[in-house]
Amino acid sequence: MNILAVLIPVSLVLGGLGLAAFLWSLRAHQYDDLEGDAWRILAEDDLPPKS
Amino acid sequence: MTAVALCPACVGTSDATDAASRAAPDEVILALPNIHCIACISGVEKALNATLGVAHARVNLSQKRATVTLSAPVAPEHLVEVLALAGHTALPMDTALLSTLGDATLRGLLTRIAVAGFAMMNVMLLSVAVWSGAAGETEQLFHLISACITLPALAYSASPFARNAFQALRAGRLNMDVPITLAIVLAAGMSAFETLFGGQQAYFDAALSLTFFLLIGRYLDQRGRQAAKSAAAQLAALEVPRVMRLHNGARDMVNFTDLRVGDLILVLPGSRIPVDGVVVEGESLIDRSMLTGESQPSTASPDSAVVAGEMALSGPLTIRARTVGADTTLRRMVTMVDQAEAARNRYTAIADRAARIYAPAVHLLALAAFLCWFMVSGDVRLSLNIAIAVLIITCPCALGLAVPAVATTVAGRLFRAGVLVKDGTAMERLAEVDTVVLDKTGTLTRPFARNDLLSGDEAQVALALASGSNHPVSVAIAASMPDATAADVTDIREVSGKGVSGLWHGQTVRLGSGDWLGQAPGTWVQIGDAAHRIALASDLRDGAAALVAGWQAQGLDVQLLSGDSAAETRAVAARLGIPTWRAEVGPDQKQAYVQALGDAGGKVLMVGDGLNDTGALAAAHASIAPASASDAARVAADIVLLRDDLTPLIPLPALARLARRRVLQNFAIAAGYNMVAIPIALAGFATPLLAAVAMSLSSLCVIANALRIRGAQ
Repeated sequence: MNILAVLIPVSLVLGGLGLAAFLWSLRAHQYDDLEGDAWRILAEDDLPPKS
Repeated sequence: MTAVALCPACVGTSDATDAASRAAPDEVILALPNIHCIACISGVEKALNATLGVAHARVNLSQKRATVTLSAPVAPEHLVEVLALAGHTALPMDTALLSTLGDATLRGLLTRIAVAGFAMMNVMLLSVAVWSGAAGETEQLFHLISACITLPALAYSASPFARNAFQALRAGRLNMDVPITLAIVLAAGMSAFETLFGGQQAYFDAALSLTFFLLIGRYLDQRGRQAAKSAAAQLAALEVPRVMRLHNGARDMVNFTDLRVGDLILVLPGSRIPVDGVVVEGESLIDRSMLTGESQPSTASPDSAVVAGEMALSGPLTIRARTVGADTTLRRMVTMVDQAEAARNRYTAIADRAARIYAPAVHLLALAAFLCWFMVSGDVRLSLNIAIAVLIITCPCALGLAVPAVATTVAGRLFRAGVLVKDGTAMERLAEVDTVVLDKTGTLTRPFARNDLLSGDEAQVALALASGSNHPVSVAIAASMPDATAADVTDIREVSGKGVSGLWHGQTVRLGSGDWLGQAPGTWVQIGDAAHRIALASDLRDGAAALVAGWQAQGLDVQLLSGDSAAETRAVAARLGIPTWRAEVGPDQKQAYVQALGDAGGKVLMVGDGLNDTGALAAAHASIAPASASDAARVAADIVLLRDDLTPLIPLPALARLARRRVLQNFAIAAGYNMVAIPIALAGFATPLLAAVAMSLSSLCVIANALRIRGAQ
């Protein structure tokens, strides 16, 4: 059962990483313009967002 | 007028107002109603970024807006001109009205959902071990870890409920958040206590999944409201209150609120008259249809009085303002509308009515369970555990999700069909409607698109004369005769505000208003001495006939109410098969008519577009305006039709009834589930596992039931 002492923290850290990644994407305005960003990928000379 | 001449005049005024009203004075937001692809995005951004004084421009395609950061003061009008040259339609928006507060709330809720979801998944996994038989120290350890994850996660993600509940209690009211908060706090607190003292009843997973599902419901609800509010704000923000004032011979753009009585204002053709006043200089046809519903334009010349909201059609007018600000006819009308709206806001949403029964019932039940068990067993801990089980298992999740899930699905489906639902309770109210009052001009019809009576020489002469002018009536006459060939009329001259004259076979021929030609009112064509009246019939909008037939088939009593003449109204009513119609009805009469119908017990749906309909729109039980409607009408209406075609409106009442049925079904699911679960909880058989399963299951049932609307016919 000692393996639990490793596995539980590891699973928590991995889950926490997922959470942190989602929160980062939320704060970085990744969801502000889903429609526009889908098109922007096709533009050659797109300017990076500045916010 | 050049851009350069415009800017210096604007700089002073915009600086003064910006500094006072805006946190970020160097930001301009433009509405871009027509952009739809990558070419538009990069076109707009390139044009704006190349403009002097623009630091950065970014287009948001989802919101159809561009946010422009300025490095030097630039007037919004200048940016609009730049975009017009690049071939894009843009409208400046009032940034003060577009608060970003709502976005922050939504993001906060989403963050909380993520945190609650993360914590819920981990605690669930740990709980699986406990449920599958972990005992003794392992169980203790897992409960302890669960507590360490749950308590901080709950403290953060359940805070909106706690705050609302606290506010409600302080105001002496009970709302849905009170039982929710009580359940979460008691469950978490009791579980922590059990964990510390080696008990087995830990409801950590239940408390978290309760929070998680309720946050989803709250998020959907908030997003619906936000979309409705931002649509309304967008409409209001488009009414940019800037006016061209003549001051010592110079033109400058000023804010509407800075106008004083006696100021001279220049109104260009095609723009709306901002104030009530008297024409000082210039002649123009004016379109009064927004105020009166009258489809024929009338003439304004020096000394004639004009009213805010009318539109100058053919020439520039200089107007001396007689009333400004809150006293203009337009604003008085808006005040009238506000009063009517306040009356409508007394409507209580189904969810609130349900909560009013639910909240006290749950508290009493839990309290009763606690007291009974305490009297029977004398064990505080056991009694408290059962009371908590009752609180959790009555599951406000299903109730909290029932309405937002349905509302979001319906609004999404309607938006794809081109119908924007602005008000959260609009669909509920629409489901109760039994009478429809339709406006004619602009709603069912497009003015002047057809004529029946012209033929032969008159038609050819009229076409030739009409082609020589770009007045709307002339354009309509010309457009109504696509097959005729123009007569060989020479020496065509336009007499401003009166008509067009010319020479044909040595005779003077004239096309114009009745009083110019010495005839009855209307539009006439005169050849020599013989005059013929041109009857311009209004043409029906696409889908108008289908709309009336469709709504009548759904059991609605359709009526027609118009400010236009009786003959015109009767003709339209006859063509559409509307038995009840009234003509020559003024704005206040319209509102009174709708109110009278409502007082008589009817639930009225008003469909209208003009300023003259605004009062009626607000007074009705539910209201719809087309996108071409006046700003005030769109703001007053619950639902805005974004397309020109009326057909998307046909299934609306049926869909509203379907939505209401789904909401009631959802309540029934929640109630039925409670009827099974509550006795189990009261009897003390509810384990944490049972609570967790039941809670998730009922929430998923409700969401699935709401999603069925997506494909329903």
